[in-house]
Amino acid sequence: MYIIVVGGGRLGYYLSKALLHEGHEVVIVEKNASFCQIINDELGGVCVHGDGCETVTLAEVGTSRADMLIAVTGDDEDNLVACQVAKHKFEVPRTIARIRNPQNEIVFKELGIDVTVSSTSVILEHIQEEVPTHPLTHLLSIRDQGLEVVEIRIPAESSAVGKRIKELPLPMGTRLALVIHQTQKPKVPSADTTIRAEDRVIAITSSELEEELRNTLRGTWTATSPETEG
Amino acid sequence: MKIVIMGCGRVGARLAALLDGDGHSVTLLDTDAYSFRRLPPDFKGTALVGNGLDQEALKRAGIEEADAFVAVTQGDNRNVMATQIAKRIFKVPKVVCRIYDPLRQELYSNLGLETLSPTTIFAQMLRERLEG
Repeated sequence: MYIIVVGGGRLGYYLSKALLHEGHEVVIVEKNASFCQIINDELGGVCVHGDGCETVTLAEVGTSRADMLIAVTGDDEDNLVACQVAKHKFEVPRTIARIRNPQNEIVFKELGIDVTVSSTSVILEHIQEEVPTHPLTHLLSIRDQGLEVVEIRIPAESSAVGKRIKELPLPMGTRLALVIHQTQKPKVPSADTTIRAEDRVIAITSSELEEELRNTLRGTWTATSPETEG
Repeated sequence: MKIVIMGCGRVGARLAALLDGDGHSVTLLDTDAYSFRRLPPDFKGTALVGNGLDQEALKRAGIEEADAFVAVTQGDNRNVMATQIAKRIFKVPKVVCRIYDPLRQELYSNLGLETLSPTTIFAQMLRERLEG
């Protein structure tokens, strides 16, 4: 594939290196001449000095035959414009923008950018995963279906401890996909799998049911009344 | 009319003063409070520190009730993005955007954004002066 990367900062550099390694044809467009020089010295003449938001520069690097444009500068507005110019002027089939302000995810989607990657959200999620007390971690969003893949840690005081999955008042529409026990291999749970303290459960849920699912797996409740308290 | 202006440079401040004089309700948004020194002492509108690319800041500036939005910061891309947020997310009826780069201006004007390129306009005016 022919891929244009706008922005030759660290992200642009390592991304391009990986894409080149996979055998793609890559051109980086970078505003800063000395960054260009460094990249060209290290990766071979793949970096063009110019503004990736300008039609002239994008025409120069043959954007009309590009299969994909990825904008990874540090500024959301520059990434937006680079993608929009690529899409509307050069009809690039796929545009990907890095965003820093997680709010912009919705804005960019509304404005026709195919994919956004929020570096802030990604880093935040990874940090949350590493915080052992964090009750629920978002692993993946399946956006068009409104589904979330989440990881939930089972605390020792949870009512779910010692119960089989069929005994849990799980909200309809949620599913436990994997149970990871500290000393055993992760396994796909059956109705008879017993939940133990400190297990990590990977579950699929809709955003609305997330709270209820968390209460079931982490809260205290009695088997007869599944209504729970945090 | 209730008008939100993003960017309090020379043009933004001047425009705000003119509209304020015409009796409109004007709110200015700029990331740097120091730029508000350009406003005349009798300016009756509101000046807010905030980033016009941030939806919270736009809401504070009253974008939800605004009749018009104008983006005149130094950055073409910032203007383009803020204007599109005003138009597409907040459905402001009238939005105008300054874009210095004539090619980008042409593109966004084709995409249905109301845009002005001072570069094109001023070059034409200079030509008329010189040739006329």
